[in-house]
Amino acid sequence: MLRDITIGQHFPGNSVVHRLDPRLKLLLTMAYIIILFVASNPLGLVINILVLGVLYGLSKIPLKLILKSLKPIMPIVFFTALLNLFFITGTSEPLVQLGFLKIYPEGVRYAVLMAVRVVALIAGTSLLTYTTSPISLTDAIEQLLRPLAKLRFPVHELAMMMTIALRFIPTLIEETDKIMNAQKARGAMLDSGTLKERMHALVPILIPLFISAFRRADELAMAMECRCYHGGEGRTRLKQLRYGRLDLAAALVSALYFVLVLATRLVAKGF
Amino acid sequence: MAAIIKVEHLTHIYGEGMPDATTALEDVSFEVEKGEFLGVIGSTGSGKSTLISHFNGILKPTRGKIYLDGKDIWAEPDKIRQVRFAVGMVQQYPEYQLFEETVAKDIAFGPRNMGLPEEEIGERVRRSAKFCGLSEDLLEHSPFELSGGQKRRAAIAGVMAMNPRVLVLDEPAAGLDPEGRDTILSQIKQYHKATGVTVLLVSHSMEDIAKYADRVLVMDQHRIAMLDEVAKVFARADELLELGLSVPQVTKIFLRLRQMGLEIPTDVYTVPYAVKTIQEALAAKKEVG
Repeated sequence: MLRDITIGQHFPGNSVVHRLDPRLKLLLTMAYIIILFVASNPLGLVINILVLGVLYGLSKIPLKLILKSLKPIMPIVFFTALLNLFFITGTSEPLVQLGFLKIYPEGVRYAVLMAVRVVALIAGTSLLTYTTSPISLTDAIEQLLRPLAKLRFPVHELAMMMTIALRFIPTLIEETDKIMNAQKARGAMLDSGTLKERMHALVPILIPLFISAFRRADELAMAMECRCYHGGEGRTRLKQLRYGRLDLAAALVSALYFVLVLATRLVAKGF
Repeated sequence: MAAIIKVEHLTHIYGEGMPDATTALEDVSFEVEKGEFLGVIGSTGSGKSTLISHFNGILKPTRGKIYLDGKDIWAEPDKIRQVRFAVGMVQQYPEYQLFEETVAKDIAFGPRNMGLPEEEIGERVRRSAKFCGLSEDLLEHSPFELSGGQKRRAAIAGVMAMNPRVLVLDEPAAGLDPEGRDTILSQIKQYHKATGVTVLLVSHSMEDIAKYADRVLVMDQHRIAMLDEVAKVFARADELLELGLSVPQVTKIFLRLRQMGLEIPTDVYTVPYAVKTIQEALAAKKEVG
């Protein structure tokens, strides 16, 4: 059950989307999020979704995987839509009236808009993690934050911490699984009982987990010191990030798309 | 002898229906006899750990059934805890499961979950600590102050304290020095003798299996390759080597001697027996000569 967690899952490949510079991908994803909220009319949203569809097609990510990553957020989407449906008040006559609850046409439109936005948001940001390995993603973050180093912000250390944290997620999940099995074998009840009993049942799992996490941290620190790790100063890297022709093309196409979405605000009627 | 555990057509597939589904066990059927000491060997990835995780219901069979004393253990899923008390499971590196303030409290975790009265729990803690060679004064220490070998033994004692009817141990000696290995394994053997509990020992080491087990189950490629008395399994040393398993050194020597044309028995796997057969063979040779 713990194995099913797919946050930040990477789907290796060699598509155009995979090969783009991670820095560019990160920046474009951020721009995409902004543009998603700038697009306040149906036409703009349709363009957004079309572009996302094309990108997913290019990246060759199986549809099954996308649906799986969207499944856990469905309750949130549903709830957001529901709230919008009932709480947006419009100027025209309400469509339906159930006691004090009134549904206006604006509410319906806004509910649809928000639902589509949230789904597009998750699908879009998932595309980044699907097509970019965690390591290159932290590399990109480090490079992009580099200017902050002048303000004595520990950019390299932050990136290293993120890399290590990402690296150890699967390890700790596996470890939790093992410890849970060991305690279940001694009759621990993890999935029944009152809330208080369940909280108590967590102690035999959390303590060994913390101890092993500290032990691993200790071993890792030792291994890093043995290889003369001394922070980011004067450190060169094996893989240098360089923008290429592909990145330039992608940036231009994206700029065009952003302008297009902005233009729809002038042409089409908003919600 | 009656079977205490019966496995029928057991198949286990991890992530069935997913694109990355892997078969870990394929149509495995066998019986564990009451009171025996069964060794389980097989190379990495042969399905040993998956197999034993079924005995106490940590894993559920994809297909097939497991019977404990003739009763399907999944007949009543709500009562799987009773199965876990009856089949004590010591996982690999069990010392990572220690969590209590004192060794005594940690060993008492299992019995306490069984809802036993306090004096009975105390009794069981002392008894199983003794089987595992932990002295009384260690019981009041924090488990995290113990040495590696002591931690391991404290964890094993924690499972023994549930008085299981079957004790399953997955590589209980992994990562210990030769002396620690011998101590733990001979303590388990003594426990087996003293209590008559059925013991299943998973190990990579043929030497250990040869020394302690009555019967051996050899796993290969998610299936059972052999299941027989120790002597009979080692008589097929050449096949074991083909499966990528090691055989005791003395068996290897005898295999070569036989290949060189010496008339000697095939089932040699302990040094004293080897000495005896060599002497006999030499005597026979003298008579002929």
